[in-house]
Amino acid sequence: MRNLAAFFDVDGTLVQGNVVHTFAFYATNEPTLTRSAAKYLMTLASIPLFVLIDQWSRKGFNEFFYRYYKGMAEDRLRYLAAEMFEEVLRPRIFPGAPGLVQKAKAAGCRTVIVSGALDFILQPLSDHLGADDMVANRLEFVGGYATGRMLRPVVAGASKASIVRDYCAERGLDLAGSYAYADSASDYPLLSVVGRPAAVNPDLRLRGLAREFDWPILDLR
Amino acid sequence: MASRRKPLPRRYREEQVVTIDKDSAPRLIWFGEDLLLEELPVGTRVVYPRPPMEGLRNPRAAIRHALTHAEEMDPLHAHLRPGMRVTVAMDDISLPLPPMRTPDVRQQVLEAVLEMLSDYGVDDIHLVVATSLHRRMTESEIRRMVGSRIFESFWPARLYNHDAEEPDGMIELGKTRRGEPVWLQRRAVESDLVIYVNINLVPMDGGHKSVGVGLSNWETLRAHHNPRAILKSDSYMDPSRSEMHHSCDRIGRVVEQHVKVFHIETALNNRMYADSMDFLAKNEDDFTDGDRLKMQAMRFALKKLPRAARREVFMRVPSCYEMVAVHAGKAEPVHAKILESNFRQYAIPLSGQADIVISGIPYISPYNVNSRALNPLLVQVMGLGYFHNMYRHQPVLKKGGVLILAHPCVDDFDPDHHPSYIEMFNRLLTQTRDSEALEKHEEEFAKNPSYVGMYRHGHAYHGAHPFYMWYWGENGRAHVGKVIVVGSENRHVPEILGWERADTLSEAIAMARSHAGRSAEITMLHHPPIFISDVG
Repeated sequence: MRNLAAFFDVDGTLVQGNVVHTFAFYATNEPTLTRSAAKYLMTLASIPLFVLIDQWSRKGFNEFFYRYYKGMAEDRLRYLAAEMFEEVLRPRIFPGAPGLVQKAKAAGCRTVIVSGALDFILQPLSDHLGADDMVANRLEFVGGYATGRMLRPVVAGASKASIVRDYCAERGLDLAGSYAYADSASDYPLLSVVGRPAAVNPDLRLRGLAREFDWPILDLR
Repeated sequence: MASRRKPLPRRYREEQVVTIDKDSAPRLIWFGEDLLLEELPVGTRVVYPRPPMEGLRNPRAAIRHALTHAEEMDPLHAHLRPGMRVTVAMDDISLPLPPMRTPDVRQQVLEAVLEMLSDYGVDDIHLVVATSLHRRMTESEIRRMVGSRIFESFWPARLYNHDAEEPDGMIELGKTRRGEPVWLQRRAVESDLVIYVNINLVPMDGGHKSVGVGLSNWETLRAHHNPRAILKSDSYMDPSRSEMHHSCDRIGRVVEQHVKVFHIETALNNRMYADSMDFLAKNEDDFTDGDRLKMQAMRFALKKLPRAARREVFMRVPSCYEMVAVHAGKAEPVHAKILESNFRQYAIPLSGQADIVISGIPYISPYNVNSRALNPLLVQVMGLGYFHNMYRHQPVLKKGGVLILAHPCVDDFDPDHHPSYIEMFNRLLTQTRDSEALEKHEEEFAKNPSYVGMYRHGHAYHGAHPFYMWYWGENGRAHVGKVIVVGSENRHVPEILGWERADTLSEAIAMARSHAGRSAEITMLHHPPIFISDVG
């Protein structure tokens, strides 16, 4: 019996939306109304900038975007995570996503969420889907408050591929027989490192790549 | 190997069996999305389908009569009561081929059934397309099949495709006396009555296979969709001698212990082609001037069009099948009556086997309706599976003989319909053609979450399906000495399938004769429309 894994990207793959949606929840749930309004408006105004940076580099986007968490209290972020999941993430889970994770488990795979989103945000989602493990970005906290910096390694783009490779090597998992699911061409490195990649609700570039390489294309929406 | 048979002058031994002589016209042979026009050697026997039987004059009345005069069961209305739960399952787009002009037979039967259910106050009704491990039908395909009125009333909450992979959607009913696991769709099991609407295009369809396969899952199918069952089926178009059908019967009997099933089966004639293409079913010696004109116009148009356009044109021309019989009631007596009708239409008595059999492969199979291509695995299943198995008593081809197929064998797969075929063909078949060895990989494909996802949420055949396509050629492979494919556009597809290739039919015949002897007897099967050879 081969030891296999299935790696799942989250935003756009299992869940509609992206890290901005979850941040918007925290922004609107700041302790005071004025801070909430300020954070929310600032986020809204920055959306064109986010789009530009994301097109340049997913890793750069993550590093830039998570600065917006600077000054937020760690206990508050973690405390609100469950509520954020119920209000923001759960309704956005694609109908086919739970079944896909379940079928991967049934096929004997270790199911792993691999996402550039933050760990405390993803934990309830990972629990809900019944994933075995999670690899996510982590914020740096000093004195209980976020510094806006991320702990290394940053999970994004090409680094997802090396993280997945190391993950399999450390646990004796067969990378060539393992699966990966992602929606964006920025996850091409992640998809190309496993033996059984699949494009899920793919953007145009990834759809083209998937057609080129005969990768399965799934629509979980 | 070959025994000499005196060449016969051109005349009909039976109406459907013609022997080529010096004056015979060239014969049309399907070649994917094209047609070859070929001179055949003198003495070649050409087998044609029977002319279409006359369709029922009033199909709606016949359906109502069948519902009220059920075989070994009370009439349908006697099973109905207000508030009961009913599931109506129906065959999917894999038949008839090509899809028939509207109204589809299923629509006609459903209209009669739903009217009766409504009259008896039954409103908890689900309509399920019994796809088994076939691809989900699209919304527009289902609308076309059941008609707009039914579609608007039931879609999507109460009219949907079967999902063999739905978590908690399947129930294990038990095992047969041979240990075959019997899984069935939960909704059907929890219904007070299941009504199955069948089209029995070929004798392989229908009977206990309708529910026992159509509403089941991979765990149940692997009991009979395997190389051993196929090898023991002689042939699977002859249910009485088919191990696959014996297994389906055992499964069906277990189903009947748990679920009340009212079967409605229909038989069609073989009017496959519309008027503009009806010459394709005729003896070329009997072509009228009009037929020759139609043939030349079609060949001219086919030459000018790219393959994709040719395929689109063929797929858009519906067939003109008519219902010739409808029976309802208990599975086995109903199916026996329908098989009689099938064989009345399809059976062609044929004396003696042949050393060489020639068969064109058309653009369509049960598994590529509205797909991008007839991929290499499907070409294989048409040649060594379906067409080889279209016999009773013994195959048309002698054991160890040569099968000549005509098809371009393009290395093209529909990535949305046949994703697992791509991997199976390129990764596994390049390593081995041994079915038992291939079967060891079946579970891996069946449980591949990507293929399961595409089956459930897209329009892909189940991950295990390409294995069935290979197994279905198993008794053909065991019987045939050599396969030569005419006109393959590449070398690697025939090589992977284990076939030889020839550029022309005459080259293929020369190659075949070098294997089977100079005096080898040649038979060409002039299909479709389909027929079953009764080889004595």
